[in-house]
Amino acid sequence: MTNRTVLVLLDPATEIRTSVLELLTIARGLGTVEAVALEAPGLDVLAQLEAYGVQTVHQAEFSDAAGHVVTGDERHLPPVVAAGLAAALRRTDADMVLLPSSFAAKEAAALTARELGAGLIVDAAGVSEGDDGRIVGSKRVFAGSWDTACEVTTDVAVLTVRANAVVPAPAGAPVNTQTEPLPVEVPNLGMTLASREVKTRSGDRPPLDEAAIVVAGGRGTDGDFAPVTELADALGAAVGASRDAVFEGWWDTYIGQTGVTIAPRVYIGAGISGAPHHRGGMQASQRIVAVNSDPEAPILEICDFAVIGELADVLPQAAEEIRRHKG
Amino acid sequence: MRIVVTVKYVPDISTDRGFEDCRVRRTPEEGTLNELDENAVEAALQLVEAAGEGEVVAVTVAPPEGDPALRKAFQLGVERGIRVSDDVLAGADYFGTATALAAAVRKLESEGPVDLVVTGMAALDGLGSVVPTLLAAELGRPALTLAKKVSVSDGVLSVTREHDDVTEELTAPLPAVLSVTDTANQPRLPNFKRIMAARAKQVETWTASDIGLDAPVARTRTLSAGRRPERPEVELVTDKGEGGKALAAYLIKNDLV
Ligand SMILES: Cc1cc2nc3c(=O)[nH]c(=O)nc-3n(C[C@H](O)[C@H](O)[C@H](O)COP(=O)(O)OP(=O)(O)OC[C@H]3O[C@@H](n4cnc5c(N)ncnc54)[C@H](O)[C@@H]3O)c2cc1C
Ligand SMILES: Nc1ncnc2c1ncn2[C@@H]1O[C@H](COP(=O)(O)O)[C@@H](O)[C@H]1O
Repeated sequence: MTNRTVLVLLDPATEIRTSVLELLTIARGLGTVEAVALEAPGLDVLAQLEAYGVQTVHQAEFSDAAGHVVTGDERHLPPVVAAGLAAALRRTDADMVLLPSSFAAKEAAALTARELGAGLIVDAAGVSEGDDGRIVGSKRVFAGSWDTACEVTTDVAVLTVRANAVVPAPAGAPVNTQTEPLPVEVPNLGMTLASREVKTRSGDRPPLDEAAIVVAGGRGTDGDFAPVTELADALGAAVGASRDAVFEGWWDTYIGQTGVTIAPRVYIGAGISGAPHHRGGMQASQRIVAVNSDPEAPILEICDFAVIGELADVLPQAAEEIRRHKG
Repeated sequence: MRIVVTVKYVPDISTDRGFEDCRVRRTPEEGTLNELDENAVEAALQLVEAAGEGEVVAVTVAPPEGDPALRKAFQLGVERGIRVSDDVLAGADYFGTATALAAAVRKLESEGPVDLVVTGMAALDGLGSVVPTLLAAELGRPALTLAKKVSVSDGVLSVTREHDDVTEELTAPLPAVLSVTDTANQPRLPNFKRIMAARAKQVETWTASDIGLDAPVARTRTLSAGRRPERPEVELVTDKGEGGKALAAYLIKNDLV
């Protein structure tokens, strides 16, 4: 291992997300870790950065071409984020940038890599150093059926890393994190952001894209998600759905190829048939469990464990057992 | 309104997809127009219909095997189909693809203005969702991506975009680049008349030198691609009143609680 410097995107900087802690853990295994923030980090965020061994936070201070300070929501638009990351990389001479695998972060990653002439890997499930010292990203593709390894052949590497790629672990000893202002000129966007709304993450449940356990409901719930949420809450899990269930208005977020991609330690699908579109977003889960009344449901082909039965009976009973087990 | 729509030929997600020599295996039997590009075609057709005049041109970067994607676009009502094919593009990464698409758009612009480029939200083989934004950067146009609602009025494009846990409303004067999600519209089906009309259409092919494109240099290299081991046989429990307990026991046994 080397004197590599790894930049990690911290967006938002007002709260720390599990995905960011995972990125910091990966980064620490590869070199010196520095973070790039688009706003002032909160106090508890700073405390986490210290615990995770972040040497420096580069806090972007955006201004437009005329020199006016920019503090609006457009700071989160991919071209602006990319300008911040590229500026931080030029200043630190870092070798690598890590971002989470959200849609917005993928776009920011692509634009950063374009700006720097760097190689890009999206949705990596693991990051390592190859024999020749080059960065290698491993990816699980085709709905989790193939493993690939991809090498970045340029000096600088930009990667987006999927959630649950590693278990977050703080550094052996905390460091004293320095915050440094980073002047960034906002590029000409050619567009206007009329409004931006961020869905509040519902307090008690972990966010779907980061959770270690996910319970998902489909058309088989027939609109009643109570058994799904009951089991999820017993497990401290996130709740998701199939696209059909979301289109019916039964839940707000769906898992799948065009929805949220997840790779939790365990996925529990109740009343979900396992259509290819749905599989594309969950088949990389470490374990797959199904509750389905149909013994021929396609999801059973990719399951580790399944209960054939009515979800309205099975889920509450499981929840009850788990609550008892937890005491 | 003159619109370019980018389309890709990908292995059908319901077939057994795989790699050959570290490249995605693409066979005619298993290939299809990327389903999400049908939403792009639909959006383009609707915008031209709303404008009352114009043309939709489909462009793909692919070897000759990619033609069925353009043929399908013809059947949906697209007027012209262009395939950019060249040995120098074999193994192109996202940047190479975006550069080639941009060069094709510029070539079309030399014939007449291109008001809008419409793309799908992702190619279902690589699931990158990065080509639209790279193409826009290459063209120096704004990228309004992941739109679930689209309108154009007085030369201004407005979209509602939803991604992750964010909802945004964006506007930009044309020309611009737009990517649409699978919820933006319901793609039309090919009808008899269009299928017949499509038969008469020819795919135009452009080489790299036709569009003034230098050989792109890939910045990543696939080292290996291997099929994952089959999952062990599923452990099946039929609920006879104790199914929930069995589920809980499985989770507890595997340290998942
Ligand atoms: C372009 C495109 C993109 C798409 N993207 C996605 C995506 O990202 N994510 C996604 O999920 N879908 C997506 N879809 C839709 C997908 O193709 C399927 O239609 C959808 O996933 C099916 O949802 P489902 O499993 O809930 O419903 P169904 O397929 O109807 O399955 C319901 C299941 O519930 C079981 N069941 C019924 N009653 C009970 C009961 N009482 N107890 C237990 N089990 C019961 C049934 O046996 C059945 O297996 C997409 C489709 C298209 C065209
Ligand atoms: N080789 C290609 N030829 C034409 N269009 C493409 C190609 N690759 C990607 N696209 C377009 O870009 C969108 C997003 O692709 P991707 O970024 O690869 O997920 C697709 O839906 C297509 O519209």
